[in-house]
Amino acid sequence: MARITLDHIRHAYGPNPKSDAAYALREVDHEWADGGAYALLGPSGCGKTTLLNIISGLLQPSHGRILFDGNDVTNLSTQERNIAQVFQFPVIYDTMTVYDNLAFPLRNRGIAEPDVDRRVREMLDIIDLADWSKRKAQRLTADQKQKISLGRGLVRNDVNAILFDEPLTVIDPHMKWVLRSQLKRFHKQFGFTMVYVTHDQTEALTFADKVVVMYDGQIVQIGTPAELFERPSHTFVGYFIGSPGMNVMPAEVHGSTITLGSETIALDHAPKIAAGDKVELGIRPEFIRIGREGMPVTVTSVEDIGRRKIVRANLAGQPIAIVASEDTEFPAEPRVTFDPGALNIYANSWRVGREA
Amino acid sequence: MEKTWNNKAWFLVLPVLLLVAFSAVIPLMTVVNYSVQDTFGNNEFFWAGTDWFDDILHSARFWEALQRNLLFSFIILILEIPLGIFIALNMPKKGIGVPVCLVLMALPLLIPWNVVGTIWQVFGRVDIGLLGYTLAALGVDYNYVRDPVDAWITVIIMDVWHWTSLVVLLCYAGLVSIPDAYYQAAKIDGASRWSVFRYIQLPKMKRVLLIAVLLRFMDSFMIYTEPFVVTGGGPGNSTTFLSIDLVKTAVGQFDLGPAAAMSIIYFLIILLLSWIFYTVMTSSDADA
Repeated sequence: MARITLDHIRHAYGPNPKSDAAYALREVDHEWADGGAYALLGPSGCGKTTLLNIISGLLQPSHGRILFDGNDVTNLSTQERNIAQVFQFPVIYDTMTVYDNLAFPLRNRGIAEPDVDRRVREMLDIIDLADWSKRKAQRLTADQKQKISLGRGLVRNDVNAILFDEPLTVIDPHMKWVLRSQLKRFHKQFGFTMVYVTHDQTEALTFADKVVVMYDGQIVQIGTPAELFERPSHTFVGYFIGSPGMNVMPAEVHGSTITLGSETIALDHAPKIAAGDKVELGIRPEFIRIGREGMPVTVTSVEDIGRRKIVRANLAGQPIAIVASEDTEFPAEPRVTFDPGALNIYANSWRVGREA
Repeated sequence: MEKTWNNKAWFLVLPVLLLVAFSAVIPLMTVVNYSVQDTFGNNEFFWAGTDWFDDILHSARFWEALQRNLLFSFIILILEIPLGIFIALNMPKKGIGVPVCLVLMALPLLIPWNVVGTIWQVFGRVDIGLLGYTLAALGVDYNYVRDPVDAWITVIIMDVWHWTSLVVLLCYAGLVSIPDAYYQAAKIDGASRWSVFRYIQLPKMKRVLLIAVLLRFMDSFMIYTEPFVVTGGGPGNSTTFLSIDLVKTAVGQFDLGPAAAMSIIYFLIILLLSWIFYTVMTSSDADA
């Protein structure tokens, strides 16, 4: 269990990277608290697995240092860093029994057999495979295999961190819920520092205390699920989190008003925008109300998704999505109003803070 | 709808039946035919019953040749399988080295068998061969024409040179199919190099190794061309394997009956041993 410090880490797969684009990981400089549950969220190819492998020591960063509890571990091997990692496809040693699979990392570290036995039995109970302990580890279901991989990580109770690389991808949907809640329980029980890579926002938001959103080789925001939802600090976070994602529309700021095509909205402060910045207005579909007041829109389609309706409409030439309650009635000439507290203003894709 | 019953389907399999008949069944039956008859030429045959089989099974010559075959196959498997695994483990997994190694490995397999024999026959000669001459110059008493042990060593090294590549290529194919995550997980679990081999690489190579062992066993048990070219079965009878003995009987002495009986026994032995190998090696898979 350790505090993980990522000190100006950059990584490129090829030698001698020329431009920023050649870096799989552009610059990561953060500190992750001991015992935290972090989810690395981002689309495929955004560098999240690269970052994970740098933490675990399977990859050496091209630049920067990585510290566990303030000790530089950049040049230490995976084994010396004492971390556990669970992979996307379950890795099991299928000529061994389930029991021996769990005992393997302990025996490799020369732990006395009575201790090994005690810990393996505990772990078999925790992952619910006690009845299977004498079975060969082949011909198990995907979720049983993944539980074994997980158990091999958890069985070493002195690990600095447990890393998960999209561990639930190959698991059936109903088992995903079960495993995910078990993971949360383990986290509470053992207090490991956990880092969880995923491209599934539901998984990230339910699992983690802090979600680290990555985009194009950099971390764009670290925050609680609520922060990511209410105040996305980058337009990408707006799109990526939420379903449907945030509406982002080109706009112009004049003092403390913002202009959207022919519509003008008054703000309660004057955002600080430099000349020449690309200005955008972001608003979540959940914070738009449809009724007889406000700005005129033309509704293009309505999707009924059960308890809510997703309305697609055009506002001042821009397509927007609106989440409306099931019993919303649409007037003949629908108009929309924005919840003033939910407006986010972006300059060059980055959020302009209220305090700025 | 009612099913139509007729024998039209037979016409559809007829071409295959004909092909198999001409390529396998008829030649085999001819051998069976010879094995129960005696002939003194003039295309006249006399019924001999199981006499030839009796003779063969009671001849010391046959059992000695069979022992040589078993010993040879045993040595070949003991040498080629571990050596093949070892080379495959040390072959590069990516980069320019891969095609280079693969081509180098494939080369011996592409050479016709009698050419392999000729290469080694010349290579080992004490008067002009690079190997034989060098050894002689170094004071090593090596002569595969006179010394049975030297003849065996030559034939074995030749076979290792010729066929280890096959084992290497099969093992390599098994190795490259192992996902990286296995090696990464092993690192994280703190596995030693030996553990990685024992618990990841060997189990993943098991299927291809089974094929390699079977192929190398069958081929080495049926070896003919190379020792025939290099030693001609000598010195004495020291490298006379069943196949060489068979050809001596059939073509050299023109004893068609005994040769046919021997062929059938030889065939049944290979069939039986291959079946035993296969059953033993696959049964360990099933008891999981």
